[in-house]
Amino acid sequence: MTISTNLVYFIALPLFSSGLLLLLGRKADKWGHIFATLVSASVFIIGVIEFFAMQSREGEARAATQKLFEWISVGSFQVDAGLLLDQLSICFVLLISGVGTLIHIYSIAYMSHDRDRRRFFAYLNLFIAAMLLLVLGDSYLNLYVGWEGVGLASYLLIGFWNEKPAYAAAAKKAFVANRVGDVGLSLAIMIAFTQFGTVTFAGVKEGASGASAGALTAIGAMLLLAAAGKSAQFPLQSWLGDAMAGPTPVSALIHAATMVTAGVYLITRSNFIFDASPTAQLMVVIVGAITLLFGALIGTAKDDIKKALAASTMSQIGYMILATGLGPIGYAFAIMHLITHGFFKAGLFLGAGSVMHGMNDEVNMRRYGALRKVMPITAATFGLGYLAILGVPPFAGFYSKDKIIETAFDSGGIQGILLGIITLLGAGITAFYMTRVMVLTFTGTKRWDEKARPHESPFLMWAPMAALAVGSVASGFLLNSGSALVNWLQPVVNENQEYHSEHLLPPIVVSIMALTVVAIGVAIAVIKYRTVPVVAPENVLGITKAARKDLYQDSFNEAIFMRPGQKLTAGLVNTDYKVVDGLVRLVGWVVQISASNLRNIQNGYVRSYALIMVLGVIALIAAVWMVTL
Amino acid sequence: MLSAPNLDYELLAPIMIILGGALIGVLIEAFAKPAWRARLQLVISLAAIVISFNQLVRVRNDGSSIAAVTSVSVDGAGMFLQGAILIFAFLGILVIADQDNFAPQASALPGSAEEAAAIQAGKQQTEVFPLTMFAVAGMMLFPVATDYITLFVALEVLSLPLYLMAGLSRRRRLLSQEAALKYFLLGAYSSAFFLFGAALLYGYSGTISLNGLTDAIRGNTGNDVFLLLGIIFLSVGLLFKVGAVPFHSWKPDVYQGAPTPITGFMAAATKAAAFGATLRIFYLGLDAAQTSWKPFIAVISVITMIVGSLAAISQRDMKRMLAYSSIAHAGFVLTAIVSLSENALSASLFYLFAYGVATIGAFAIITIVRDSAGEVSDVNRWIGLGKKSPLVASVFSLFLLSFAGIPLTSGFVGKFSIFSAAYESGNIMLVVVGVLSSAIAVFFYLRVILMLFFTDATNDSISVVIPSILTRISISISAIFTIILGIAPSLLFDIAQDFAYFLR
Repeated sequence: MTISTNLVYFIALPLFSSGLLLLLGRKADKWGHIFATLVSASVFIIGVIEFFAMQSREGEARAATQKLFEWISVGSFQVDAGLLLDQLSICFVLLISGVGTLIHIYSIAYMSHDRDRRRFFAYLNLFIAAMLLLVLGDSYLNLYVGWEGVGLASYLLIGFWNEKPAYAAAAKKAFVANRVGDVGLSLAIMIAFTQFGTVTFAGVKEGASGASAGALTAIGAMLLLAAAGKSAQFPLQSWLGDAMAGPTPVSALIHAATMVTAGVYLITRSNFIFDASPTAQLMVVIVGAITLLFGALIGTAKDDIKKALAASTMSQIGYMILATGLGPIGYAFAIMHLITHGFFKAGLFLGAGSVMHGMNDEVNMRRYGALRKVMPITAATFGLGYLAILGVPPFAGFYSKDKIIETAFDSGGIQGILLGIITLLGAGITAFYMTRVMVLTFTGTKRWDEKARPHESPFLMWAPMAALAVGSVASGFLLNSGSALVNWLQPVVNENQEYHSEHLLPPIVVSIMALTVVAIGVAIAVIKYRTVPVVAPENVLGITKAARKDLYQDSFNEAIFMRPGQKLTAGLVNTDYKVVDGLVRLVGWVVQISASNLRNIQNGYVRSYALIMVLGVIALIAAVWMVTL
Repeated sequence: MLSAPNLDYELLAPIMIILGGALIGVLIEAFAKPAWRARLQLVISLAAIVISFNQLVRVRNDGSSIAAVTSVSVDGAGMFLQGAILIFAFLGILVIADQDNFAPQASALPGSAEEAAAIQAGKQQTEVFPLTMFAVAGMMLFPVATDYITLFVALEVLSLPLYLMAGLSRRRRLLSQEAALKYFLLGAYSSAFFLFGAALLYGYSGTISLNGLTDAIRGNTGNDVFLLLGIIFLSVGLLFKVGAVPFHSWKPDVYQGAPTPITGFMAAATKAAAFGATLRIFYLGLDAAQTSWKPFIAVISVITMIVGSLAAISQRDMKRMLAYSSIAHAGFVLTAIVSLSENALSASLFYLFAYGVATIGAFAIITIVRDSAGEVSDVNRWIGLGKKSPLVASVFSLFLLSFAGIPLTSGFVGKFSIFSAAYESGNIMLVVVGVLSSAIAVFFYLRVILMLFFTDATNDSISVVIPSILTRISISISAIFTIILGIAPSLLFDIAQDFAYFLR
């Protein structure tokens, strides 16, 4: 371990900037966005410096720690606020600050007409600070602070245009779904503390080797619940679609590239728990598999371009979660997909934002069409992101997704074959819905609104898109060449150096199968969407109807949780009114009676005060007398 | 041939510096020009406090010990409370310096022509400074005294100036004078109990020192009736000072009647001093007889917590409400006496400091909320203050939250540590009652906060006067202490743990 004194700046700089912009208010309107962008960029530069510094160190010394202060010290409960920068967290630091900076730049232009642009940037910096704290905390409790911080930032940004009630409601929905997950995280922390007496990663790791299977499974299940809430995994996924109410850069940064992947980070960071508990691992795999299909199916039926992309995010994170459930070998591939996904999905979202910017904030893809001629740069960058998510070689997604499919097949037995088929199927559906988005938006005939005057976006917007497109093209190859990322992460996630030496199917076969499935998906979409009606047709298959309604997740939640919950609260209110308030009123009545008696005693006459004291003394003497007799 | 006793002046120096400051203050009253007095008095008082504190730190560094032929024991707990009292005095004097709160001529009959003339002439009552300093000296002696005579002298030295100060209010003069007289009569009455108890204990043990008392109890040499009656009477004198039920009746009247800066100072410093002496007597002198006093102190603690919390609910006057809250807090600290452990001692030291600072701050804020006729202490007239003066209302709410023991304020840490010490020593009933009455207390504190922020104002006549810079400093320091001790309690808690011992 290397002791560092610089880690605190990762969090302090953006936090300071956020506080400054919020405190100064309108005074900072002129320069707030520039300032916030510079802060984000400098965090990225510090990250790059730290990365090279880390590379030059060897072995154990690569991880750096910094103790900030003694946070809680009550009896045997000792928690220090400390930071940990190791091979895993540096990946996140670079992704968060790098993509974050690009999105700051993009937002300068995207939000230029908004009179609250400064507040928007203050929230963005707040998010960066909280997210970095999340990945840099050296204990579950510090992580928890960041975890709540990103939840807050996400809530503020989804509801940024809170003058629209629907947007405010979406923010609330995200907040509530996240709270359910957060309960999981806090329970996991409490169980860990009762079991191991500490909540630091190092301490829990040490304790986990000797812990009972039941405790580990309980912690694992609670961590999974937390991850599901934050990463929009089944059954807590319903909020992500509504979260698209926020400004598009927010969707790109928080709800595609970074925050929603915090669940993957949590599980990867807790690898020592999941590796020791096969039951918890199985749960992770199941949740990942369900979500990857679930999200992909929803994606096929959405006409709102952002919601289609959100469904895709859900599905892609499903891939990552599934990979983390596949044991030591899977973590590195999950992180690899996380990084490549960070590039191409952020690029896709920014592209969608660029389209909306040119189309008067129209989000319905049925009103798009033939936009590639008027928005060539957007079409090109979006297209590169599209090829990356499909997994076409040599684009980024090919390397990361194929590895996950391979690992799924290799995980052994019937389970392995089943998971392999699910991941292949998911790849096919992904190809279908992404081609649908592509075709509806950029090719075909014009179906624009009369008032629409689409135009290419300004430089400040397309430059970040171009940068992300470069990432979508090259990141997969770079991370995979010579197993760079796998070797880099090995000390953190795969200490025993477990690798699949035997493959169920040769990698080349898997790749060919995947490409075949993708080709089929693309072909179906191209044929099906040669003509596109402006109004969504009603006579469609049941599955499409279901997918349009998010596979009835909201109705399910309403029927199972909300209505009984409302009944319960109504009942509780009634009980509260009749029983509790009744009791309180009774107590109040008694208090009033006794208070008026007290008032008689407290009459202001010194002689009665003196008398009370004498009576008190007599009572004391009598009492002591009785006790000693 | 009598030889002069060695008094260890360096150990007594902190007290003597304060007395010196008080004497200089008297001379200033006699010889300085009226226009200069207030400023000179302020400088002298603050300087004496700072020098005294500095001397106290030096005493601490030299190590604690027994002084004045075993009459005084400058030990950990004693020094901690002396330091706390000095800080309270510093904060208190900053508020007292706002002369607007004091009668121009206390001896004039309320409403008389003489008084009107004094107001007209712009007279100022600067005797309050030396009086405060005399009281501070007594308060510093009280928690370190180890025999009945010294204890009694300290008790009187601290009480007599307070009786006078209670009558100095500029507004509602009659109420103030009535409070002073009541306080004096009842205080004298309780002093008599204290003295009577001391006499009985002397009769029991044949010595006036607490150490001798312990030896006598251990040796079981005396008559138990003397011991028990002695303990009860001595306790009555102490319980009166801390304001435990049923010896509390003076508190609401005096707190309401006294000038508000004096109330704040008195509530913080007197309580620390009185509890210091109480803790010493029960921890040091009477721990060998704990089976006989623990039950009745426990019962008094329970009654005090309940009555204090319940009665506070029905109060319509801010100062009376805080008086009852102070009674309830006395009940909480009494649980620490019943716990009789080192943890309980350090917890109560922390508690007394945290409570005292917040109390001075809260009363200082009451002094600046005024209408045309002066200070407004009617709770209902504070409605909507949060809209008019958000900062003042927020800081006041902070102090109330600390009284209520809400996390992230010093009050929470104090309550938590005092209850956990009680729990450790097995007094679970006390903890249950304590938590329940805290819950009741939260109700009336929050009700005030609701009124400040969430109820629409019905009248516009009150306003917050811009406080003098001194009052502002006092309030700010109190608020900063309250927050810092809530967020990083270990800063003070470690000190309290180091200081939590009595020297025989």
